[in-house]
Amino acid sequence: MADVIKKATRESYGEALCELGEEYPNLVVLDADLAAATKTGMFKKKFPDRFFDCGIAEADMMGVAAGMAATGKLVFASSFAMFAAGRAFEIIRNSIGYPHLNVKIGATHAGISVGEDGATHQCCEDIALMRVIPGMTVINPADHYEAKAAVRAAAQLDGPVYLRLGRLAVPAFHDASYQFQLGKGELLTEGSDVSIVATGLMVGEALAAAELLKNQGISARVINLHTIKPLDEEILAAAARETGVIVTVEEHNIIGGMGGAVCEALAGICPVPVVRVGVNDRFGMSGPAKELLQVFGLCAENIVEKAKYALTLKK
Amino acid sequence: MEKAVEIELSKIACRVRMGVVEGVYHAKSGHPGGSLSIADTLTYLYEKVMRVDPKNPQMPDRDRLVLSKGHCAPALYAILAEKGFFPKEELKKLRHTGAMLQGHPDMKGTPGVDMSTGSLGQGISAACGMALSAKRFHEPYRVYAILGDGEIQEGQVWEAAMFAAHYGLDNLIAVVDFNGLQIDGAVKDVMSPEPVTDKFEAFGWHVLTMDAHDFQDIERTFQKALSLTGKPVAIIQKSIKGKGVSFMENQVSWHGVAPSEQEYETAMKELKAALDQWEAKE
Repeated sequence: MADVIKKATRESYGEALCELGEEYPNLVVLDADLAAATKTGMFKKKFPDRFFDCGIAEADMMGVAAGMAATGKLVFASSFAMFAAGRAFEIIRNSIGYPHLNVKIGATHAGISVGEDGATHQCCEDIALMRVIPGMTVINPADHYEAKAAVRAAAQLDGPVYLRLGRLAVPAFHDASYQFQLGKGELLTEGSDVSIVATGLMVGEALAAAELLKNQGISARVINLHTIKPLDEEILAAAARETGVIVTVEEHNIIGGMGGAVCEALAGICPVPVVRVGVNDRFGMSGPAKELLQVFGLCAENIVEKAKYALTLKK
Repeated sequence: MEKAVEIELSKIACRVRMGVVEGVYHAKSGHPGGSLSIADTLTYLYEKVMRVDPKNPQMPDRDRLVLSKGHCAPALYAILAEKGFFPKEELKKLRHTGAMLQGHPDMKGTPGVDMSTGSLGQGISAACGMALSAKRFHEPYRVYAILGDGEIQEGQVWEAAMFAAHYGLDNLIAVVDFNGLQIDGAVKDVMSPEPVTDKFEAFGWHVLTMDAHDFQDIERTFQKALSLTGKPVAIIQKSIKGKGVSFMENQVSWHGVAPSEQEYETAMKELKAALDQWEAKE
């Protein structure tokens, strides 16, 4: 294992854009006055001619992205998740999704780990909003290596992609050799009593929870569901069948997010009890990210508790 | 403009209007009023200005037209059919289940449609993106956008207006179809966007005004617009909603309804008579 690095996935996004800019002469990057925060500023510095600031006008930015993609450009458009998926939802839906244009939405500052900025900036609805758009690919990478690979995979795919990225630096559990497979869940630990399906920032917590459960004699399978759409039904069905109960963990509202997607899929193919860990249909608040994650139960300790509860639901 | 050219364009515009009425009648729904008000402008653009190839609709260096007021698709479809992008028979299937011609333009399904539009205020942003692409990647096409006068109430239009001026998109011409009417009534009563000319000027655009139903003036205005540099150009065209069908003209009630069978026949008869008149002048 290489040295563990600690990096925010937005940082990985900026790095990946700089690499891809070399490889794709038609790659352009748009931002809405947040280049320093979304890390598209790294690309701006390297490729000033292919970076366009749209000002604080996310709706227009998504439309401009659609127009550039319609002329054959590979477009990455960035803002905070709240303003990309939230404010510009209908433009993404109609101008990008409906014509299935080659626009990649690099949405940073997703979830409550935005921290001190508080509820107005903590987007816990974006997975729900983006995954209901037909043809939209939704990826929520868990660490630096996965984020870099996901950005590359997005560039290689022809069509709209929503990349959900975080503000908070997180330790990497992958290394440089990691082979990212779009649309395929990653089995991180084998387990037979319960399956923990996590995405994004929560994958690290899920791994920690599995360790704690192991110490208590409970064998937890951990799946990193980085791609929320298209959903890897195969890995979910196997988990349901083999462990009989699922816990989903995401930094998102428990309504409509990854947990919701898992429930929808399993209801049709292999119904088992699913316990969803996430933001319990409430708004965020200001505070240091780490503290907020504890307050909202987005931590290993709560996952352990919910996993034990899930075991009581097993038939 | 030579008389013969004006007559030819006028004849085509009559056929475009007949296509609009044909489409909306067979669809039993749609937007005839605003489609008829842009018929002459679309005719001039597709016949005299834009470089397009009906045999190769995806030609990379073609000029682009974004119908930002997407509900007026019947007019766009009629001129595209006139140009030969698809058979005119398709017009009779407008809005039918499984038909190629959707209620609002669908770039993936209809040859000649450069952008999917329909949700107002969005097309102009896409047009900006296309124009920016052309400029920064040294691609030789121009971009035309057509907006409604009601549409410019959308805030996104002004975000785009700022953007186009900021990036000096002088390869972009936006036509604002000022027919003065929107669904709920007169634009000035619903939510006045005036002074429109001053607004575009203040946002950093060249602004021209045009009589939307006079080919001499349309030619003068577009030739002037094509000669301007440094800034995007807005053409505020004074038009008549429902132009060409007497009982639809300046009637807000004809914004979004289809003619009955009798109204359809009357409309087609009027347009045919106008066409015959132009033919007699040849």
